Amino acid sequence: MSVMHRQKLWRTGVLVAALSLLTACTLKLNAAIWSADELQTLRSLSLTALKPLPPDPSNAVADDPAAAALGKRIFFDTRFSANGAVSCASCHMPERHFTDGRPFGVGVGVIPLNVMTLVGAAYSPWQTWNGKSDSQWSQALLPLENALEHGGDRTFYAHLIAEHYAGEYTAIFGPLPDLSDATRFPRHAGPVDAVAASIAWETMAAADRDAVNRVFANIGKALAASERTLLPRPARFDRYVATLGDDGRPQGASVLTEDEIAGLRIFIGKGKCINCHNGPRFTNDAFHNTAVPGAPGYPLQRGRIDGVARVQNDIFNCLGPYSDAAPEACSALRFMVTEGVTLVGSMKTPTLRNVAETAPYMHTGQMATLADVVAHYSGGGYALLGHNELTPLNLSAQEAAQLEAFLHTLTEEPGQ
Amino acid sequence: MSPAKLALLLLTLLLAGCMAPTGMAATPAGSAPPADLDFSATRLGDNGIFRATYKSDIDPTPLNELHAWTLHVETADGAPVEHATIRVSGDMPEHGHGMPTQPQVTQELGGGDYRVEGMRFQMGGWWTVTFDIEAGGANDRVTFNLRLK
Repeated sequence: MSVMHRQKLWRTGVLVAALSLLTACTLKLNAAIWSADELQTLRSLSLTALKPLPPDPSNAVADDPAAAALGKRIFFDTRFSANGAVSCASCHMPERHFTDGRPFGVGVGVIPLNVMTLVGAAYSPWQTWNGKSDSQWSQALLPLENALEHGGDRTFYAHLIAEHYAGEYTAIFGPLPDLSDATRFPRHAGPVDAVAASIAWETMAAADRDAVNRVFANIGKALAASERTLLPRPARFDRYVATLGDDGRPQGASVLTEDEIAGLRIFIGKGKCINCHNGPRFTNDAFHNTAVPGAPGYPLQRGRIDGVARVQNDIFNCLGPYSDAAPEACSALRFMVTEGVTLVGSMKTPTLRNVAETAPYMHTGQMATLADVVAHYSGGGYALLGHNELTPLNLSAQEAAQLEAFLHTLTEEPGQ
Repeated sequence: MSPAKLALLLLTLLLAGCMAPTGMAATPAGSAPPADLDFSATRLGDNGIFRATYKSDIDPTPLNELHAWTLHVETADGAPVEHATIRVSGDMPEHGHGMPTQPQVTQELGGGDYRVEGMRFQMGGWWTVTFDIEAGGANDRVTFNLRLK
């Protein structure tokens, strides 16, 4: 064999080895084998890890089917608004995972906040972006009296119950107060922005106000009983995790594409998304400041610090006179963080279940697409208020696309 | 560079790339905690006066779940410490924030044991939980390290 021939053979051999290795390497990456730690993380995100719904001790009818049925009827009833055209479902649309697809909520006016989903919200100790309510029932009362949302007031709603739902209400909550004396119980009265109704409320006897407050609270409790039944349903992601064996290898045909798997790897790794979007609902129910700019032209949202002040002064909170809980059961309030820079400008981590179907994003719906959201977290930002927790991820264009692809796997599947 | 050397170089690079763990793209959040962190559930205070031991009601210590701890406090030579005033705080040194709750000692159980309610952790990673303990005119600070998943 000539020297040249030997060299040629050697070169060919090395090239063949390199090509085989390249193939093997690619196959290995495609197989997406998860380490024991990663597998534990993935299983912690799966809906199979979702614990039973915690009780709401502040709402004695939280799990009463009759209350849920009444709440559902009120939820869709547009009579519960100043113009007769707005119901809870106007913003919390069932066909949109109980969001509305708009940047701002639209009731009798425009509310410069993005509508949060109700799916799985019963698990959270705090409701709304800044957590200004410590239960679903006390939250449900806020839009009813907000001038921009339902625009009504509590005696109006109490009258509506007496006129349209007296039978159901009485069966659940006991007798209604006699509201027939229009002097004692004006058609419109409540601690609201509308001046006439506000003055009417101030002039009512304390005992009559208390009677109306109780009916009003019970409306919230019925609504909450209905909302508690809205639970997350399995998505393709959950099906994928179910295929993973204890060795971290998928069994059978892959449920996720290579890009989606790569995106999942970024989600739990380089992307650090899992820091806040953890657990089977993909939220830690905590408040964070990630330098998300508010909608241009609107006042800055001060976030959690305002929520804390509001919930402390809410007569419908867990420690208030209309709560059914013993004070020691009000754990959210008892152990609430009430001071510190982390409260400023921070908003509640939203769930990512169904996130691809619930655009636009962030507390004022200022980001139209998931790509915009990923770009924000990749590029970083500057917090106009408070302490920014976000460090830029510096994702490549491919990584950003993969992360977005993964987020699409969190949409519940029909028939599940 | 001769074609043979080029091919060898290619082979070496591929081999190196292939040997790396598949999860190498993932970097830990923030800077890594010190390598010599003590994660034990019993630790002596900074001043060497009190030793404390914690036990979580839920083991392993969970994420996103309100739970309680029992804290046992004793002197450095092992005598239970009663009637202590204890303040609790949690911190994630890599993230610049603490716990989503303000836990409190809600009951003295006797024998140097105290019930700590309102414990809640919202993120996986390295946590410190610090107990400032005051008893009999002495002060000490016991800090536990936790690694939560």
